[in-house]
Amino acid sequence: MDTFVIQLLGGLSKGMILFVLASGLSLIFGVMRVINFAHGSLYMLGAFLAATVGAQFLGMGPSGFFLMLLLVPLIVALVGIVMETTLFRRIYTKEHLLQLLLTYGLTLLLSDVVRMIWGGEYRTLRQPDFLRGGFEIVGRKFPIYGLFVLIIGPLLALGLWYLLNRTRWGRIIRAAVANPDMVSALGINVRLVMTGVFALGCFLAGLGGALVAGQSAVGLGMDVNIIVEAFAVVVVGGLGSFGGALLGALLIGIILSFGILVWPGGAQLLPFAAMALVLIARPWGLLGRPER
Amino acid sequence: MLLQVQDIHTYYGLSHILFGVSLEVDRGECVCLVGRNGAGKTTTFKSIMGLAAPRTGAVLWKGQPIQGNPPFAIARSGIGFVPEERAIFPDLTVWENLDVAHKLGTDGRSPWTVERVYEIFPRLEERKNQMGGTLSGGEQQMLTIARTLMGNPDLLLLDEPSEGLAPLIVDAIGELVLQLKQEDVTILLAEQNLHFSLAVSERAYVIDDGRIQFSGTTAELEAHPEIIQKYLAV
Repeated sequence: MDTFVIQLLGGLSKGMILFVLASGLSLIFGVMRVINFAHGSLYMLGAFLAATVGAQFLGMGPSGFFLMLLLVPLIVALVGIVMETTLFRRIYTKEHLLQLLLTYGLTLLLSDVVRMIWGGEYRTLRQPDFLRGGFEIVGRKFPIYGLFVLIIGPLLALGLWYLLNRTRWGRIIRAAVANPDMVSALGINVRLVMTGVFALGCFLAGLGGALVAGQSAVGLGMDVNIIVEAFAVVVVGGLGSFGGALLGALLIGIILSFGILVWPGGAQLLPFAAMALVLIARPWGLLGRPER
Repeated sequence: MLLQVQDIHTYYGLSHILFGVSLEVDRGECVCLVGRNGAGKTTTFKSIMGLAAPRTGAVLWKGQPIQGNPPFAIARSGIGFVPEERAIFPDLTVWENLDVAHKLGTDGRSPWTVERVYEIFPRLEERKNQMGGTLSGGEQQMLTIARTLMGNPDLLLLDEPSEGLAPLIVDAIGELVLQLKQEDVTILLAEQNLHFSLAVSERAYVIDDGRIQFSGTTAELEAHPEIIQKYLAV
């Protein structure tokens, strides 16, 4: 029983990080119809920024930590804006192969940039004092930082839901998902909306990286690991569906967490088994919709 | 002149669709552009709106050339487009469809509000919390027109509002167009339905094969049954 609870909490916590990643990936796909392979690289960039630049803020106490959680994603969002206005904008209407080449090329490029700036060794972000240590539950210890991630995730989901469904900007985004030309003909600068959505998606990737830096080691290769899992999440949940990203992330997080318990050697494969099952039974994902 | 289209040639990729189309609309007029399916009506509208920019020729709006401008800039300068395929946002509620389209008119005022739109389209108020995609064809057509009105345009481009609708609903749309004329909305109407067009407009252009074949008052067009027979009879 106690193992079950601990693994469940661990899985949900991992799922929250995946949700932060996948929601950005899904949002960008929903509006621009581009699958951004470089999303994982932006996450890695966020993690490295947090572990190096962001670490300077920790002396300020809790407020410094929260400031870091805001600043690092903002820097990543800026990088995203540069990428969108110079590169992505040219490929929205092009064939998928070209989009794949560009976004995959960017992952290689960004990986080298990170290596050039910070080198190849692993780094860690010292957890802020108020989030260090563990607390007791069902007679076992669970890290406070994991609980913090567990709280941030739903808050972020709520905030994003509010933004998409209760603000005018969100309504414009949802309208642009359905018909960007029509939105433009109504007098809205869709290009600007797209840049904004791309920046928001990249902000989320950076936030995921900054959050994970306090939890696990930061190193090269984390980009590829996370993007593959994030893909499993959006395929399971339904690409372009916000609720799907949440459901898929929690499912994949829990599968990974319990998988390690029952089959340590093959746990990494389980998300893809889940993905394959969903693709066979419901190719558009659990909460997605068939393409029109 | 509010709108002057001068000798435009428009292509989709390699196919040449419009061959020197010219037309004019003055403030307060209701002008129709009639022609068969595929004659070039929608392409003319998309050329004006910037959705399919003409390769040569000019579109003058209030005397200024606007060809080549992005659609959102053309919309902001006061042209409202009601597309043929309706293109309502299916996953937005009726109210959200209207709210997304709201902008001030070119004079900085906003005579059209959600409340005014609901007065004219009580059906939309009844359905305000329903998703746009669940509306009937006639209701979607009303929502498309209402949505464009929310942008307070100086000119309304109405693309085949009667298409695919039951006769009773076509009559209702016709009454609506007459009502909009009373509100001093300038209208350029594209239609295949000659009966409907003649009932609401003062002037007509007949388009066929990407060329304007006739222009004159609706009375003049009615006086030329051979033109109607040649270009409009199904």
